[in-house]
Amino acid sequence: MSELRDLYQELIIDHSKKPRNFREMEDANHEADGFNPLCGDKLHLYMKVDDEGIIRDVSFKGSGCAISTSSASIMTSMLKNQSLDQARSMFEMFHHMVTRPEEELDPAHAGIGLGKMAVFAGVNEFPARVKCATLAWHTMKNAIEDAHEPAKTE
Amino acid sequence: MSTTTSHAATTALDVARIRQNFPALHQQVHGKPLAYLDNAASAQTPVQVIDAIRGFYERDRANVHRGVHELSQRATHSYEQARVKVQRFLNAAQLEEIIYVRGATEGINLVASSWGQANIKAGDEILVSAMEHHSNIVPWQMLCERTGAKLRVIPMNQQGELLLDEYAALLSERVKLVAINHVSNALGTINPVKQMIAQAHAVGAVTMIDGAQAAPHVKVDVCDLDADFYVFSGHKVYGPTGIGVLYGKRALLEAMAPYQGGGDMIAYVSFEKTTYNELPYKFEAGTPNIADAIGLGAAVDYALSVGMDNIAAYEAELLDYATEQVSAIDGIRLIGTAKHKASVLSFLIGDVHAHDAGTILDREGIAVRAGHHCAQPVMDFFSIPATTRASFAFYNTREEVDALCRGIVKVKELFG
Ligand SMILES: Cc1ncc(COP(=O)(O)O)c(C=O)c1O
Repeated sequence: MSELRDLYQELIIDHSKKPRNFREMEDANHEADGFNPLCGDKLHLYMKVDDEGIIRDVSFKGSGCAISTSSASIMTSMLKNQSLDQARSMFEMFHHMVTRPEEELDPAHAGIGLGKMAVFAGVNEFPARVKCATLAWHTMKNAIEDAHEPAKTE
Repeated sequence: MSTTTSHAATTALDVARIRQNFPALHQQVHGKPLAYLDNAASAQTPVQVIDAIRGFYERDRANVHRGVHELSQRATHSYEQARVKVQRFLNAAQLEEIIYVRGATEGINLVASSWGQANIKAGDEILVSAMEHHSNIVPWQMLCERTGAKLRVIPMNQQGELLLDEYAALLSERVKLVAINHVSNALGTINPVKQMIAQAHAVGAVTMIDGAQAAPHVKVDVCDLDADFYVFSGHKVYGPTGIGVLYGKRALLEAMAPYQGGGDMIAYVSFEKTTYNELPYKFEAGTPNIADAIGLGAAVDYALSVGMDNIAAYEAELLDYATEQVSAIDGIRLIGTAKHKASVLSFLIGDVHAHDAGTILDREGIAVRAGHHCAQPVMDFFSIPATTRASFAFYNTREEVDALCRGIVKVKELFG
């Protein structure tokens, strides 16, 4: 049960039940679809980025498991008012956190600077679920790069 | 759900002894005893099958149909003996009607390519059911795209039973093929295929029966069904992966062009013209999957030795028990409640996503499938993204069902 609690922390359960920024956005200037073919998780991400490259608003719609929904919810709440460069480096940090085996995580950096994203650290114990956690982030990356193919986690 | 429930059925199978034949069942997963309830995705393999494969590699390993030496003779003999076993398993009239393929998927694709190309044209109709696996939808869709034929769907009700009146109404002279599964992998429904085949024949349509989920659980008799084509996969009937069977009526197979060209499928080759080998070799180009064909022969023999009627009766009772126990848990919604079902219990736990349920159950040692089960149209029909599916085999026990129920309660606690 304790390992499961590492994965399904209260914050994750809370965000999965009441996802934040879960809405369409009429005036988005960056959008992307994300799809996890294995699980069927689907996500559409909306972003409004101003001329200075600052993310003014970000929201999502879609359906998925608790991990993918809460990841999208937490990601969107963290990205507001960040620059695109900051968003890219958050993507890198997140990706590193959930895909590296625990022993490779640099303790000096583990969880630091990740803010609320750190609740997903437990995901790397559950290899089958890493894709659920990273879907929103891959989609965000595609949105800011205006990629036209849906983000896939495969 | 079945009417064959009886206590005598339980005692007809010595499940404790049977379990000794399946080495993979005896292990701990995340520190808990494994309850393997993902048999519809792939079943476990008894030592009899593993030994048959090992015997081939340790003693008889050689190519088939092309050596005069002893090992090749032995390999050929075992490979062909396995075909005889499969013929017995399906009760096919002739040995030549048994074609080895990679699995149900390849069998269907072979027919869609070879039979389909020659027999389907613009304006024709192909019927599939609303509960097909993607492998019995997509090859027909591709054929329709190539030929201009039309794919039409036999609808089902909320229980997951095909609407036979609608089926009868869809049948017409335009229908050239009816492709349906014998047992649905997502819902567990046993379809009345014998009757549906007869109805198809009445309008001159050919039938493809996807038996991937039926072959492991119910007695299949292709002659009694009067099926034109019937496919199944080795790995779901306790056999190895990478091997399966296409059964086809001889007259249909004779008239079909080969699927692939190469060695073994020829009688004589020159640069001007090639004459094809006879059945079944016409459809088995190249060095076949010899070891796994031999393993498949051992697997169907094993199933026959346990007895398909015993298997069906025991599993029906286990499924009844599981249905009762799982649906007694608050917040459970069963998906697939047909009157006639085999082996499959698909369900939703409140509004918990199936993948979260699957992960939590896995930590309890319970292997289930979470997802759309390669039947997305079925999920769309019920307006759900996915289900959690427990699927049983004759080596599963009531204790494992109880473990599943405890696992479901844990899922509810975590998401409480
Ligand atoms: C009903 C049904 N048809 C076809 C298949 C495809 O079988 P395979 O992947 O072994 O070719 C499956 C496997 O899940 C199935 O359940």
